Amino acid sequence: MALGQNHEIHERRKGRNYVVLGLLIAFAVLIFAVTMVKMGNGHMMEGFDHTFRASALPVTEATE
Amino acid sequence: MTDTSWTSDVAQTPEPGVRDYYELLKPRVMSLVILTAAVGLFVAPVPVHPIIAFATILCIAVGAGASGALNMWWDADIDAEMGRTKNRPIPAGKVTGQDALALGLSLSVLSVAMLAVFGNLFSAGLLAFTIFFYAVIYSMWLKRATPQNIVIGGAAGAFPPMIGWAVATGGVSIESVLMFALIFMWTPPHFWALAIFRNEDYERVGVPMLPVVKGDRVTRNNILVYTVLLAPVALALAFTQIGGPIYFAVAVLFNARFLWGAWAIWRRDEATSTADKHKTELRVFLQSIGYLFAHFLALALEGALRMAGWQMDAWPIWF
Repeated sequence: MALGQNHEIHERRKGRNYVVLGLLIAFAVLIFAVTMVKMGNGHMMEGFDHTFRASALPVTEATE
Repeated sequence: MTDTSWTSDVAQTPEPGVRDYYELLKPRVMSLVILTAAVGLFVAPVPVHPIIAFATILCIAVGAGASGALNMWWDADIDAEMGRTKNRPIPAGKVTGQDALALGLSLSVLSVAMLAVFGNLFSAGLLAFTIFFYAVIYSMWLKRATPQNIVIGGAAGAFPPMIGWAVATGGVSIESVLMFALIFMWTPPHFWALAIFRNEDYERVGVPMLPVVKGDRVTRNNILVYTVLLAPVALALAFTQIGGPIYFAVAVLFNARFLWGAWAIWRRDEATSTADKHKTELRVFLQSIGYLFAHFLALALEGALRMAGWQMDAWPIWF
């Protein structure tokens, strides 16, 4: 007995594949959202190339 | 390969649906893990961004689900013999053991790796240890080796609030240890209240549950002892930085009720219990679920009040 195009097994696989697609999209969105939060939260992400960084200058004593 | 052999292969191989995979993750256990981990994270003194909190709790829940799948893979032989578990996806023939193992291992690695990225290395290490503890120490080793299996295995279920706390603070403190101890001490009387009248299944498959190995009387004694030991742990949390008067009131009420129930179980014997179809034991088992939810919800409420600036300055903090 050959399996037809609309066999129940195909329907199940189709449903499962849609759920996997949804999970992958949700995972990508989650990674994006967490990245945005971490960058926005002031984690140390100073550019090291072609950027003037005040924090890299030697500490100077304040003079009166 | 002929068309006929291919179709017969298909007919013999289970074609699991999404729901079957979901069942492998033990969703009811996951709901408790989500609650306790979320409370552990929420009550910690270091605020966590809601998106980070959501992502890390998701990792902890997926890690718990992964260990559930590994447990089902390992215990498939005995699950098939027990009334309570014979309809699980593997014994019911919906998912193969190989699939469950693959799902469990891949979700374990994914959840730990993502928790390290979203949270911190310490919390990820704790999650990895929890999965190892439940899948290997409890499922593969202790469950079939000692009548104290539930006592030691209960530690796996006690880690989630500690992981939530570690996500926020990056470490361990007296508050997270007490939240761990609360679940750890609660698990044996909660589980034995059920196991005491459902022990025929365990007996048949050779799992040395306390009622099977030591008998009804010893189990009743143990339920009372653990409930007595649980009460001071639950009350101690009231006098930490995450406790307060509302939590204290809830703890007094629910511990008194749990102690009363354990006392009632202790006063009965097997004959009395069988005569009324284990009415008291079942009642205490159901109450014990409410017990844990009430304690963690009270902690969450205390946390919310602290955030709103409503806290009692005179409340003593001893720990």
